Amino acid sequence: MWTVDPRRTDSAKFADVWLGINVGSDIALANGVANEIIKAGLENKEFINNATTGFEEFVTHVEPWTLERTAEVTGVPVDAIRDLAHGYANAEKAQITWTLGITEHHTAVDNVLALCNLSLLTGHVGRWGSGLVPLRGQNNVQGGGDMGALPNKLAGFQDLDDEETRIKFETVWNSKIPPEPGWHLTDMFNAMERRELRALYVIGENPADSEADVNHSRKALESLDILVVQDVFMTRTAEMADVVLPAALGWAESDGTVTNSERRVQRTRAAIKPPGSAHQEIEIISDLARHMGDNTWGQPTAEELWEELRTLSPMHAGMSWERIENEGGIQWPCPDENHPGSTFLHDRLWKQPAEGRLAPFSCVDDRPPIESLDDQYPLRLTTGRTLDSYNTGVQTSKYNSPIRTGEALELSSADAEKLGILEGERVRVSSRRGSIEMTVKVDPDLPLGLAFTTFHFPELVDVNQLTNSAYDPKSGTSEFKATAIRVEKMINA
Amino acid sequence: MSETTEKPSETLVEITLNDKKISAPEGSTILDACKQADIDTPTLCWAENLTPVNVCRVCVVEVEGSRALVPSCSRPIEEGMVISTDSERVNTSRRMVLELLASSVELDRADKEILEWITYYGSNPDRMGNSSEIKTSKQPVKIQDDLYVRDYERCILCYKCVEACGDDAQHTFAIATAGRGFEAHISTEFDVELPDSACVYCGNCIGVCPTGALVFKTEHDMREDNSWDPDNQEVTETICGFCGVGCNLELHTQDEKIVKVTSPSDHSVTEGHLCIKGRFGWQHAQPKN
Repeated sequence: MWTVDPRRTDSAKFADVWLGINVGSDIALANGVANEIIKAGLENKEFINNATTGFEEFVTHVEPWTLERTAEVTGVPVDAIRDLAHGYANAEKAQITWTLGITEHHTAVDNVLALCNLSLLTGHVGRWGSGLVPLRGQNNVQGGGDMGALPNKLAGFQDLDDEETRIKFETVWNSKIPPEPGWHLTDMFNAMERRELRALYVIGENPADSEADVNHSRKALESLDILVVQDVFMTRTAEMADVVLPAALGWAESDGTVTNSERRVQRTRAAIKPPGSAHQEIEIISDLARHMGDNTWGQPTAEELWEELRTLSPMHAGMSWERIENEGGIQWPCPDENHPGSTFLHDRLWKQPAEGRLAPFSCVDDRPPIESLDDQYPLRLTTGRTLDSYNTGVQTSKYNSPIRTGEALELSSADAEKLGILEGERVRVSSRRGSIEMTVKVDPDLPLGLAFTTFHFPELVDVNQLTNSAYDPKSGTSEFKATAIRVEKMINA
Repeated sequence: MSETTEKPSETLVEITLNDKKISAPEGSTILDACKQADIDTPTLCWAENLTPVNVCRVCVVEVEGSRALVPSCSRPIEEGMVISTDSERVNTSRRMVLELLASSVELDRADKEILEWITYYGSNPDRMGNSSEIKTSKQPVKIQDDLYVRDYERCILCYKCVEACGDDAQHTFAIATAGRGFEAHISTEFDVELPDSACVYCGNCIGVCPTGALVFKTEHDMREDNSWDPDNQEVTETICGFCGVGCNLELHTQDEKIVKVTSPSDHSVTEGHLCIKGRFGWQHAQPKN
């Protein structure tokens, strides 16, 4: 197990090898590893010929990424890069797993494509035990996308711009679907600024705390004509709302399904009753439809909605409510009732000849974080999570964790010493967007120049005032992982 | 179930179990074969999501040709094996094991079936002397945080918690056995308090404890004020509301309140194991005030 992370995390300590990469140099590392695999003749030629396109061009593209150059850009020693390249290429089975360290960059999509290249190069994809594994951070991120909560997709990842698909949905839904894609979250905030988006209905999200450059986002939310928030708690976003719709908890007070990282659709069940005036979310949305003048919805149950979905989404077609119950969840695609579900994807690439569209290599370039370090802002701040807490703490702040140490700015010993700051001291932390007070914790495992904090306690430490909302135009994800900051001693600390 | 679970072998092995010939898949343990034949077998240190450690000896059976009784939980069946699970020798051994354990530790909060086995095998712990005078049974309850209670006067040293903390599940290695003989006990490194140890509060040790030595603080508090009422509890299976792993939760509710969270050990996603958020992060569903 190799861990690639700027910080020596618990996972890094658990791993056989830790590669302490410079923040935002993931593409450089992937290209360097690819070049070393090719130079050593370790690529899977049979798989490349059978299943991929663009290999020749890719070889030329990564050629400048010698071990030495890669080491210089990434900060990872030459030997470690070589070991990783050879270890990955020679493994019988290998997986690459990642999460927001890859995607919360302005090069998010290219970072992912760079990792895909490695799996295509070695054939570590499309077979059981091998593959590319984006670990989902929430219990139904996968399911949300699967159900069509994406600007350009309908349920089952079916393309909105396909007329036949739209007609299929329109027939069942008995209403017209606009063919133009909507906005993703970042676009929505841009549209609020342009005053094009005037009404917002937020369900179970707390953007007034979770968005990068959050002061800016709060202003955008304040500028709306109407803000409706449907949530379980009175979050900061809910406090800003004109209307709050109290909702039942998804996992403990509602019947339904969620889909995990391995595409397994599983049942949630109500164990307790929602308090006070909180209602089932299906009920709230159906009621809204009725108030908007559509009396055809009625009050569907979770099971009825699921059965409708099965008729519309081919990858869910074989998953009856009963099967999901009896089989402890089923992994999509599951096209018919006799299909066992799919434990992995892309085995078509191993068919002789490969079925469907061949997998393209992507020539992607290393591009450092948008915010460079300078004399004014000389430290790199990267944000992340801790084991016992969850995002903006809406849910996890309600239990007393014995391993919770409170929000702090973690600094390397060398940086703390350079700044003359002791553990526990209060400091002022400033970025180009905001300035907050924090307590310092010295982490001897952090490399020089890198600072870290979580954002689990926004009511105490409003970390996202600092973060950069610049984003990847392809995914809309902000560059939470790379902020330039300055740390100053407090005069009366 | 996914391919991560070993598939039973296609090859069948024939054995004689209590004078009856039966066939079971190659690689099955004697315990597996007993389950297949509907023979109730007591177990304490065995769990389906842990590797057998063979310490409790309560699952022993008699195998023809074997000098000593053999632990059924770990011994694989072999072609032609002749096994008795109900012989006098087996029953005496099981009775004694339960008698010795019950005489040295407090078992009143143990899993129901353990108490049933004590009755079934006719164990009489009192003949070993007054249990309150036995060293292992008088220890202060350890409450060092808001989540765990460790009541070692109920500990039979089955090692399940050590296994779950170590390489059978959590790989944290926060606890191990320390001391020898009567001094043997479960301990953190240098016996530090739990919050100062390597513990990550996954609660997987509590999940596998068969005797109530390790319990959730919610359960302990309710037992202390006599409001813990298992007959009035319902268990609802759902999915954890936090990350994307999709751990299955069993929400134990009493009077419309969650009182405990466990996870089914036969589910392929995490085989019964959880993290601190799944195990304890439910309190937002019912804030204390």
